[in-house]
Amino acid sequence: MDETDISFFKDGLRLDGRRADELRPVKIEVGVLARADGSCYIEMGGNKVIAAVYGPREVHPRHLQEATRAIVRYRYNMASFSVEERKRPGPDRRSYELSKVSREALEPVILTNFFPRSVIDVFVEVLQADAGTRTAGINAAAVALADAGIPMRSMISACAAGKVADTIVLDPMKEEDNFGQADLPIAMTPGGDITLIQMDGGLSPDEYHRAVEMAMKGARDIYELQRSALVNKYSQMTEARPEGGACL
Amino acid sequence: MDRKVVVPGDLLSEDAKRSGEGTYIRDGNVYSLLYGLANFRDKINVIPLSGKYVPGPGDNVIGVVKDITFSNWIVDINSPYDGLLHISEYPKRIDNEDMSKHLRIGSSIMTRVKDVDPTMKVELTLNDRKLGPIRAGQVIEISHTRVPRLIGKGGSMISMLKKEVNCSIFVGQNGRIWISGSAKDMDLALRTITLIEREAHTNGLTDRIVDFLKKEKGARG
Repeated sequence: MDETDISFFKDGLRLDGRRADELRPVKIEVGVLARADGSCYIEMGGNKVIAAVYGPREVHPRHLQEATRAIVRYRYNMASFSVEERKRPGPDRRSYELSKVSREALEPVILTNFFPRSVIDVFVEVLQADAGTRTAGINAAAVALADAGIPMRSMISACAAGKVADTIVLDPMKEEDNFGQADLPIAMTPGGDITLIQMDGGLSPDEYHRAVEMAMKGARDIYELQRSALVNKYSQMTEARPEGGACL
Repeated sequence: MDRKVVVPGDLLSEDAKRSGEGTYIRDGNVYSLLYGLANFRDKINVIPLSGKYVPGPGDNVIGVVKDITFSNWIVDINSPYDGLLHISEYPKRIDNEDMSKHLRIGSSIMTRVKDVDPTMKVELTLNDRKLGPIRAGQVIEISHTRVPRLIGKGGSMISMLKKEVNCSIFVGQNGRIWISGSAKDMDLALRTITLIEREAHTNGLTDRIVDFLKKEKGARG
């Protein structure tokens, strides 16, 4: 696995100057799309992801409708220009899987029984990828869902931990993900209930526990950032906002 | 009044009895369900800042006819769920063939939600003097989350507004508002409602609106 001649640490710091348990810089903006009911733009290191939420709204096609609850649809998509080598556009096996696990990471906190016969659509577009796009997508989607006014039991925050050069690191970037020994993304509520956990590569039981601990700590830090992004949107609204009621 | 911005999952109280709208209880603690403003009174209510209108029985709403079936008008009420207006709920007795003579596709109506069943079938009615088709004036749309502020406590804001701007106003719970009056009065009403929508989350709003109206009217002379 570690055949390449990359050294992941220099003077105890990682390639981008982070400590082993440090997150990449995160930037979150709420309500970036005028046409969506809720939206969020997030940057986590080199990842740039935009999430849009529509709904609850009528279900099309009709046969997907559920009589007693809302269904949740989640579409994870990578732009063809989001990676170095042009990605063939459109859904592939990887994005189908990520859409499914991300939807299942968010669904447990959404109160779908409030909106029978409707759908909540979540669209996540990766504009630039730098390892950990599924966690960035889930973080953005959770903020966008809150922004859309959808009732949820709590927020969801996601973060990954990995193993490079036999060291457990938080939030691996592209080099560490590509040439590292393991990658372990998780999503959880601030209370510590895990709704998504995946693992790529190998970890010993001890390493696994340390990695989960570390990723959970990272997710808690991200939760604080999500929360303050939402609260700040409101404080901006206290100042004059130049849009008014549209005529019908 | 004690108010605070909260996000879903925020702990609001350790007393389960204080749980109000937009909250839920787990292990005897009250948590927020929504992203919005929490009002701390006897009960804690969280008022959302956005979201879709979900119809409830007794709500006055403004709808637009979007289809006509054998004996129902299907009405868009600015919600994930369409409203159904049965011909028997029309104030006059009319024949099935004549439905489109009374309400055409595109007609706007002031109507009331009569009943909502668990599968979210929404039944509307026009059987009230206040209700009926819209023939004059204009309809504006605001977020339905701002409607309670526009109405005010016990209708204080809206009755003040009706008197001050000299217009007929019908407020739909779904965020659509009908105004009718002279062009100048309607313009002032529109600007006032926009102001209320923008500042819906601030304190002492009614007083500020009274000042705003006084100033606007003074400028007009």
